[in-house]
Amino acid sequence: MDIPKDRFYTKTHEWALPEGDTVLVGITDYAQDALGDVVYVELPEVGRKVEKGEAVAVVESVKTASDIYAPVAGEVVEVNAALEKTPELINQDPYGEGWIFRIRPLDIDHLDDLLDAEGYQEALEGEA
Amino acid sequence: MKKTPLYEAHLRHGGRLVGFAGYALPVQYASIREEHLSVRRGVGLFDVSHMGEFLVQGPEAQAFLQWATANDAARLKVGRAQYSMLPNAQGGVVDDIYLYRLGEEAYLMVVNAANIAKDLAHLQGLARGFRAELQDVSEATALLALQGPKAAELLQGLTDTDLATKRKNDVWEAQVAGRPARLARTGYTGEDGFELFLAPEDAEPVFETLLEAGATPCGLGARDTLRLEAGFPLYGHELTDATNPLCTPWAWVVKREKDFYGKGALLASPCQEKLVGLVLETGIPREGYPVLSGEERVGRVTSGGFSPLLEKGIALAYVGQEAGEPFFVEIRGRLVRASLSPLPFVPLK
Repeated sequence: MDIPKDRFYTKTHEWALPEGDTVLVGITDYAQDALGDVVYVELPEVGRKVEKGEAVAVVESVKTASDIYAPVAGEVVEVNAALEKTPELINQDPYGEGWIFRIRPLDIDHLDDLLDAEGYQEALEGEA
Repeated sequence: MKKTPLYEAHLRHGGRLVGFAGYALPVQYASIREEHLSVRRGVGLFDVSHMGEFLVQGPEAQAFLQWATANDAARLKVGRAQYSMLPNAQGGVVDDIYLYRLGEEAYLMVVNAANIAKDLAHLQGLARGFRAELQDVSEATALLALQGPKAAELLQGLTDTDLATKRKNDVWEAQVAGRPARLARTGYTGEDGFELFLAPEDAEPVFETLLEAGATPCGLGARDTLRLEAGFPLYGHELTDATNPLCTPWAWVVKREKDFYGKGALLASPCQEKLVGLVLETGIPREGYPVLSGEERVGRVTSGGFSPLLEKGIALAYVGQEAGEPFFVEIRGRLVRASLSPLPFVPLK
């Protein structure tokens, strides 16, 4: 299972990649694989203020609907509109083209609460 | 958790096993969507060994089945099968079943896995007074479903039967891949296809041979999306102990001209709801989501999901008798426009 070392992770299988004063958010390779074929993504509205851990988006696979939680508190400043037409980008490229939304965090230091790649790997092993 | 005779084969082929009706079964192998499309366009293979099978034999087997089931068992000829239901005393449905006539005095009933114990107890109660023997052969029976427009072509190379002579709902004995099998031209996907009743020890070699011949292994996920697109009911969802079948699109099963258990209650209970097919403009409906007609809440989704052929969300839903368009499905607090669709949702053979 691919777990890039350049970003942070939640126990609920989101990744968070700091870029300047914003954070890009998506779901992990493990999560997309567990969901199966992604067929619909419900994106948040740009400008929405979110709490850490709040359900912000929904990824629907053939099998099930899964909430995507904000890894940090802040404001949604951009969403991946490409997912409206091609939700399968989440399966094909979960860490790249399949990103879901971008948050401007209230405090970038809050990312420190998240797991690093090694910690996420351990969390996955604990789950298995 | 119980294992089917194909448990090891599922693991070997990368099946993701989940618990279903007490059995460990694959929900999918690689992709539900791909498995679904393989059945619509080619041929897919399912392990449905979890289904229950009862043998009904004896001089009054037919009379007993005529009493216990809603369809006309007397019209069933040897070598033929029919879809039917087991009515209860309150006008509801104990289970929906498939009935195969194997001989003059021998029938095979296929029931839903989750209902095996309930059905058996119900039928045992009704069998008193009939010279008919009821035997649960579920554990001794493995069942494969080979489904899709290319199913006959694939199977023809592996069996001694001339499949061109066999019609939908025929049942007969044959050799498949050198093993004895009972074959039926039936299935739960809306496509042409065959169900293969096998001895447990024959299941794995036949399964492997069918895969080598080009069938795609399919899991429970595709089984559900296929049956939903085909507009077929799933027990526990569209049919329950409290569902009057006369209020469903499957009312044709109930033959009013014959006598059967529960008939009085069934004919007497009025229909407060009707079952409709809905196609959504956007989003995926799931079981339990509210359905609105205009601004009024009129019902609920009983089965919903993504249609890989239509690439849209589709649903079976019960709504009030009088409810009409515009329909909306409430998805996480948001109302999504839904249009009525005839069943099946997609053109089928």
